[in-house]
Amino acid sequence: MKRNIKIVIRNLYKIFGSDPQKALAYIHAGMSKSELLEKHNHVLGLENINIEMREGEVTVIMGLSGSGKSTLIRHLNRLIEPTAGKIDVDGEDVLSFDEEQLRKLRREVMSMVFQNFALLPHRSVAENAGTLLEVRGAKSEECFTEAKKWLDRVGLQGFAAHYPHQLSGGMQQRVGIARALTSNSPIMLMDEAFSALDPLIRSDMQDLLLELQKELHKTIVFITHDLDEAMRLADHLIILKDGYVVQQGEPQHILLNPNDPYVEDFISDINRLRVLRVRSIMTPIKGEVPTDTHGEVDYNDTLESMIAHSGGDTSYSYVVTNDGKAVGTLEMTDLVRALVPRASSGKGAQSRAV
Amino acid sequence: MTTYDFVFNALGLRDWCDAAKIEKNPMSMAELLAKNTGHDKLETQWWEVPFPSMDTLNKTCANFPQSRDLTAAVEQSFLAVKDLLRLVLDPLTQPLSWLLESTLIMFDVTPWWIVITVLMAIVYYASKSLKLVSLVLICISFLAAIDHYNHAIQTLAIIFVCAFLCVLFGIPIGIAMSRNDILQRISIPILDMLQTLPPFVYLIPLIFLFSVTEPKLYGIAIILYAIVPVIRLTDLGIRLVDRDIIEAADSFGMTESQKLFGVQIPLALPNIMAGVNQTIMMSLAMVVIASLVSAPGLGVLVLRGIRNLELGVGLVSGLGIVLLAIILDRVTKAALSRVNVSQKR
Repeated sequence: MKRNIKIVIRNLYKIFGSDPQKALAYIHAGMSKSELLEKHNHVLGLENINIEMREGEVTVIMGLSGSGKSTLIRHLNRLIEPTAGKIDVDGEDVLSFDEEQLRKLRREVMSMVFQNFALLPHRSVAENAGTLLEVRGAKSEECFTEAKKWLDRVGLQGFAAHYPHQLSGGMQQRVGIARALTSNSPIMLMDEAFSALDPLIRSDMQDLLLELQKELHKTIVFITHDLDEAMRLADHLIILKDGYVVQQGEPQHILLNPNDPYVEDFISDINRLRVLRVRSIMTPIKGEVPTDTHGEVDYNDTLESMIAHSGGDTSYSYVVTNDGKAVGTLEMTDLVRALVPRASSGKGAQSRAV
Repeated sequence: MTTYDFVFNALGLRDWCDAAKIEKNPMSMAELLAKNTGHDKLETQWWEVPFPSMDTLNKTCANFPQSRDLTAAVEQSFLAVKDLLRLVLDPLTQPLSWLLESTLIMFDVTPWWIVITVLMAIVYYASKSLKLVSLVLICISFLAAIDHYNHAIQTLAIIFVCAFLCVLFGIPIGIAMSRNDILQRISIPILDMLQTLPPFVYLIPLIFLFSVTEPKLYGIAIILYAIVPVIRLTDLGIRLVDRDIIEAADSFGMTESQKLFGVQIPLALPNIMAGVNQTIMMSLAMVVIASLVSAPGLGVLVLRGIRNLELGVGLVSGLGIVLLAIILDRVTKAALSRVNVSQKR
């Protein structure tokens, strides 16, 4: 079920400094990032980024601080201008937009959610949520009813008349999300939207986002430095390091097949039981459905639930079903093997997971 | 022969210097004294070498200007442009005179009980605090009880007009400064000068430009002196608005004016209000000094106290000014803190 490609980024470069074009020529001539900084005092922010983002998917861009992820997301609505490259949204070249088109894009196509919420402190929660409609010139009653609707939807019933400073961090970010939703734009850019929240609230917010996404099918670009969060939300995961893409793909696939020591380091700490799904480690069925199994399990079950299911017995095997149809078999021994990072990225598991 | 002869000799200017000997400037008192006591024949010792000031150089070279020529030149050049300046500034500032005159008359003819009621209403509207209203009532009643009501209300009228004009011009200037770095770099030295220039110095050129009986004379002096804080704090306030919020505003596709009026000014309001508070306090300070150039109000009484050594009159009117200052400061601060509460983050 491949969806339409919504956003395409091609050969994107961003260099910070007094003469980026000259620095770009050096980079094309093969100069390294550190050499560029040392000799010419230019910082290579993003290096040859090529990304496709599909409609209705959550694309997560993950990287540590300084990896350029926030810079990258700001290129999509041109809060930062690229040094070179191409950005297409719905097949239109965003970089060729004039001021008027760009304003239209920001108002109607993309809405952004910020790490530190960026609510206007002098306006009530409902006014904040309706900001984007108001900017477009909608009537104030319309802004209010729309804002109210989405505030209710994100769980802020009865807070419309409050002011941001009266709300907790988690609630403020709900307002931020409601603001982005009220604009009814197909694309949502979320810049470390949950990073400033404490862990419990953060997982609540992730639930909220997944729940909304199930219903609304927005194209979401989500920035995070937290791998657990990335694994949980991502349909498509992009790992960024020092301004270039280390690896991108389906998150389960990356987890089982890290192609770089950096990615390996990253994923070594993750709780695989919760993140990995049955579908990623099962053996696809060729021909007959085996009958000597211990039952059926769902395609999207986590490994944790599988262990609970089997009572910890590693000799069991199961038939994996998707929408009631048998699609594969799962040996509990494979499951246990998949839990060890090095072993799972070894030959055996790799061939099955691809 | 004097100490710096060699300078002019070396430069080959001796002839030019001596050319003026014939029409030598009148002798100064010091020269005359020195001649009479016969000291001018004495050799100057090396530790007595004078600083090569204009007057010293004039001694060795009669054609070199003296420092009194400098002040004379400044005066002459001011007088030369005075008429032209007046031609431009006079009609331009005439509305200020009318505004001040009519406001003074308005406050004068309105019965005291209406003026006080309106003032109470304004104070309540600005501060939403009955405590403050009663403080203002007590202060004004006290001033009225000691027969200082008219002077106090004249002072207030002048402050209202001047502070209003300061805000009217200062805020747009501050906004322009915050949006343009070059303009800011040009304006800051001017603002520094306006702020550090002693208040009396404002009056000197103004007296030459306008007639002393015209209200705009002191109006301009007060506005120039008091406008600085509101400009500075508007500029600062807008520049201090959280960058993240500005970025968010950009990401929503706000136009420049939506951003300015919907985000920047509201968020800068606490700073702007602090500037307005300062402006009002500085107008009060200047309005007292402006009584030297016929500004009515409590300042006149202070001036009388100084001129006629009427100690009591001076002290009591001084107390009146303190009371006015307290009222104005408390009311604007209360308004400021109301703005602050709604902006807490």
